[in-house]
Amino acid sequence: MTATHLHASPIYGLMAEFEDPTDLVHAAKGAFDAGYRKMDTYTPYPLEEAAEAVGAHHNRVPLITLIGAILGMCGGYSLEYWVSVVNYPLNVGGKPYHSWPAFIPVTFECAVLGAALAAVFGMLTLNGLPQPYHPVFNSPNFVRASRDRFFLCIESVDPKFRLEETKRFLQSYHPHEITEVPY
Amino acid sequence: MPEIQKIDVLPPKGVRPPLLGPGHDLGTVTDRIGGIVLQRHTPIFWFMIFGVAAMLFGILNAAIGYLFFRGTGIWGINIPAGWGFAIINFVWWIGIGHAGTLISAILLLFKQSWRTSINRFAEAMTIFAVMQAGLFPLIHTGRPWLAAYWLFPYPSSMGVWPQFRSPLIWDVFAVSTYFTVSLLFWGIGLIPDFASLRDAAKTLVVRRIYGILAMGWRGSARHWNRYETAYLLLAGLSTPLVLSVHSVVSLDFASAVVPGWHTTFFPPYFVAGAIYSGFAMVLILAIPFRYLYGMQDFITLRHLQNCGKLMLATGLIVAYSYAMEAFFAWYSPDKYERAMMWNRMTGPYSGYYWMLILCNIILPQSLWFNKVRSTPWMLFLVACVVNTGMWLERYVIIITSLQRDFLPTSWGMYWFTKWDVMTLLGTMGFFTLLFFLFIRFAPAISIFEIRSMLPQAKVKE
Repeated sequence: MTATHLHASPIYGLMAEFEDPTDLVHAAKGAFDAGYRKMDTYTPYPLEEAAEAVGAHHNRVPLITLIGAILGMCGGYSLEYWVSVVNYPLNVGGKPYHSWPAFIPVTFECAVLGAALAAVFGMLTLNGLPQPYHPVFNSPNFVRASRDRFFLCIESVDPKFRLEETKRFLQSYHPHEITEVPY
Repeated sequence: MPEIQKIDVLPPKGVRPPLLGPGHDLGTVTDRIGGIVLQRHTPIFWFMIFGVAAMLFGILNAAIGYLFFRGTGIWGINIPAGWGFAIINFVWWIGIGHAGTLISAILLLFKQSWRTSINRFAEAMTIFAVMQAGLFPLIHTGRPWLAAYWLFPYPSSMGVWPQFRSPLIWDVFAVSTYFTVSLLFWGIGLIPDFASLRDAAKTLVVRRIYGILAMGWRGSARHWNRYETAYLLLAGLSTPLVLSVHSVVSLDFASAVVPGWHTTFFPPYFVAGAIYSGFAMVLILAIPFRYLYGMQDFITLRHLQNCGKLMLATGLIVAYSYAMEAFFAWYSPDKYERAMMWNRMTGPYSGYYWMLILCNIILPQSLWFNKVRSTPWMLFLVACVVNTGMWLERYVIIITSLQRDFLPTSWGMYWFTKWDVMTLLGTMGFFTLLFFLFIRFAPAISIFEIRSMLPQAKVKE
């Protein structure tokens, strides 16, 4: 087996279908312990244990959200300052141009807006969505991943991936079915 | 498989009704909720309600069209009562929206799993209610196409900018942020459910439509991980946001010197009232929905009871606020405050005031009885009464304060016109229209969150 052979693999990976979330998590943990890294589970609802099993512990959504909040906050306050002090100073009842306490509500709202936009669009970007095509949908029974079945896919790009060997490995967890996922 | 329980049976005393009718599994949950959307046949009651709503929406368009033609003089507003139905309706609608965020965000943070059956349509209710609310300040300007430079900071050719020291501008930012964040929250909640509909669709066109909406969602563990983080962060952001929105709305009043408005007490008082009316609206929508679509196994008596309890609790805060309002007026040395309160209770609008006390304080005390909280039609009636009361509350606050302020020579009366009434009824139609489109084309209950509530969804050690 050579490296070129691995990249030229005719399939995306091997997809094992489970009927029960416990079996899926068990298999995913086993695969991780066996050294597989390029793999993912597909479940109809969020399964914290599955994410941990495939090694997805932390993500960068909180950091992106914080950056969004800071940008929104600074943007909101600067806008108010620039409008009220620099560009259009207006004497209202003798109040100072830079009346910062009155600027707090809009600053807060802008921070929340920036954070929310960053959280949602950051999450979508990190997830690579929208994505019109993905090979896992070629798997024949995959429509049930959004219904009542639990899938584990070991991808062919994983250095440890060997078609027959990996198939035998997955077989040892007694999945409902194992299919080869074409590109 | 045991039969799925769909009828309202109260369990024996001491046992609480379940959160989900027994007998469901991952598949049946998907079929039942998704079925409402994917069924080819639209039920006849849907067309009937939609038809009435569309008619009222037509009336709204006529009322607004004539308003643009003639100006705000067609409404009852005049000096001294320059704020009338438009602001009353604005505050009423935006308050209704608050329960949606409370259910979807605050109850999520408090791990109240019963929110799962009702959060999706409560979020939709929020968005549609805020849309109605936002309409009123816009049309109140009479010429909304000119209002842009009054409200939004953009470099207009006149070089004029909004006044950031005014709560009215804070309101623009608060309401538009609230609308955007609610829309994002609702939108990302729908993505996995659109994926379920895409995979369950029977025809190519339907599959394509929901496929585009689902954006290629495939339920990957890494995606769920980021998704859950973003969802939780949005809940954390929405919680202070929702409290800020009605606080800012109340500052529109509290920062004025008008008797009855000028009080530091307004923000918490308004927020409690908002959640009170919002839960009433949740019940007004949930009770017919579960009955018409037979969703008693998802929205169980437990949900109705909990909404009833929350309504009772927030209603008591509102009652306390009314008592404090009267107490402040009496205890203050300010003769204008006292005159205002006396005018509310005995003046020309005292009928509204006492109706408000009846609707918001006296009748909702029936919620102390479990019988009322567990009987859908009774809860529905109480909810209607509460929302009437909350509308009257805003009427009393706005009108009685404006019509008699300081100088008796400038006192006057406020009479609303048929255009005011048409606009109010029209927004109710618009709201219903949007809501019925939503339950026809999107899952009204969050499918993936219901799935994760099932006992078989848990990973066993």
